[in-house]
Amino acid sequence: MTGVPARPRGYRQQPSLWWWMHKRSYTLFILRELSSVFVAWFVLFLLLLVYAVAGGAERYQSFLDSAANPVVIGLNAVALAFVCLHVVTWFNLTPQAMPVRVRGRRVPSAVIVGSEYLALAIVSAFVAWLVVG
Amino acid sequence: MPKRQVEPFAWLAFSAGGVMAALFVPMLLFLFGLAFPLGWISAPSHPELLDLLSHPVSRIVLLGVCVLALLHFAHRFRYTLHDGLQLKAMTGVIGAACYGCAVLGSVAAAYLLVIYL
Repeated sequence: MTGVPARPRGYRQQPSLWWWMHKRSYTLFILRELSSVFVAWFVLFLLLLVYAVAGGAERYQSFLDSAANPVVIGLNAVALAFVCLHVVTWFNLTPQAMPVRVRGRRVPSAVIVGSEYLALAIVSAFVAWLVVG
Repeated sequence: MPKRQVEPFAWLAFSAGGVMAALFVPMLLFLFGLAFPLGWISAPSHPELLDLLSHPVSRIVLLGVCVLALLHFAHRFRYTLHDGLQLKAMTGVIGAACYGCAVLGSVAAAYLLVIYL
């Protein structure tokens, strides 16, 4: 060991549990991370729908009735808001996480993000056409 | 975090799940969570929806969405608990619980979409 003085051990101030409340960017970060909970909720909701549809017309109707419960509608509205936050933050990060190069030139971020929104629009229109049709 | 060798795969699944969630969830959640229950659009009839869901392509796509979205959730929520709530002492338990939920959910999704439907 060299003569570098050791750091004082045994004492480290614990940051508060609410550290992410102090700055807007931290709060947004935590909200973005929490969107994953609502993604999981959506999977559960979708599987309940599949279970109901597979179980026959009556069970499908009772699924539709429970989905119309104000509490469930409220939960789904909040979930949709969080999913939109996920979409926006996810698409905005892609050019940084995965820079695309064509013939040695870096594709501008706006092109990457724009094509992601285009993909979202196409998939959404296709899904809506299939379901509502 | 331990198990460095597993980490790249967890991250890959996290990213794929993030893309699936971004592309498929908004419209499905809007339709089944808000538009149909609130009567903005009339919900598809039971035979129509059964037909649509029973198609092999629907089963495969929905299974992919479910499994990847759950892995995305597990990976992200693990770090949220770890950093956000500072539960560093419980790393193992948190990881096991998050990925355990994702695996159980995936098994349930596979059973429902492939066998039960």
